[in-house]
Amino acid sequence: MDRVPVLKLGDILIVSIQIDLQDQSVLALQEDLADQVVATGARGVIIDITAVEIVDSFIGRMLATIAAISRMLDADTVVVGMRPAVAITLVELGLSLGGVRTALNLEKGVALLNHLEGSKIASVTR
Amino acid sequence: MTTPATLPVTSNSDVVLVRQHVRTVAVDVGLSLVDQTKVVTAASELARNALVYAGGGRVRVEIVHNGIRRGLRLTFSDDGPGIPDIERALTDGWTTGGGLGLGLSGSRRLVDEFDVRSAPGEGTLITVTKWAR
Repeated sequence: MDRVPVLKLGDILIVSIQIDLQDQSVLALQEDLADQVVATGARGVIIDITAVEIVDSFIGRMLATIAAISRMLDADTVVVGMRPAVAITLVELGLSLGGVRTALNLEKGVALLNHLEGSKIASVTR
Repeated sequence: MTTPATLPVTSNSDVVLVRQHVRTVAVDVGLSLVDQTKVVTAASELARNALVYAGGGRVRVEIVHNGIRRGLRLTFSDDGPGIPDIERALTDGWTTGGGLGLGLSGSRRLVDEFDVRSAPGEGTLITVTKWAR
């Protein structure tokens, strides 16, 4: 089974999915990310799916689950780089990934996480 | 691999192989990128269904013709327990397998033609076709 590497950049964890995901790899990634969020105290997770050709309901659910787990561990998740054909297919499939934040690319994903962190601090000090 | 071809669906790695083969044939048939993505996604859902609900099955991948139109047809068959209530199985959100309940109903929306034949104890046969535009 291929494992997807989790990279740390400051207090953000970055995962770039470059392989055709098997179901076991998806489940392993979920666990790896949860462990890494806690071990590093990361405040954000970015999942880059630029290279992903299809997102079916299993992978879609994985993205939603990772976002939910991260939220519980005090980190925000942003999915970046979704291809237009993947977005069209997901909506038609009936999976709009309501609970998952998205950004067009990695740069915008980092900016979104910084913005989210900024508003968190603002709401604490207010 | 040539067409028609019959691929086994007996493990998770087979699901990946089915996706890859369907993609290759979809390109050959001349489907647009969006239509390729839709039919590969449907293939992934139906292959996983065969694995989860029937413990495995097979898929026949073939190129079909209708006049000058070319299409891609996938026939999934398994010898599993069958679907007792097809209407219900085609409802969004209905699942007995712990998933999201979008596999069958969602796949139907992603293809042009969709046919399910199944009876309890007699396995399931699902045929889907996507035509090039």
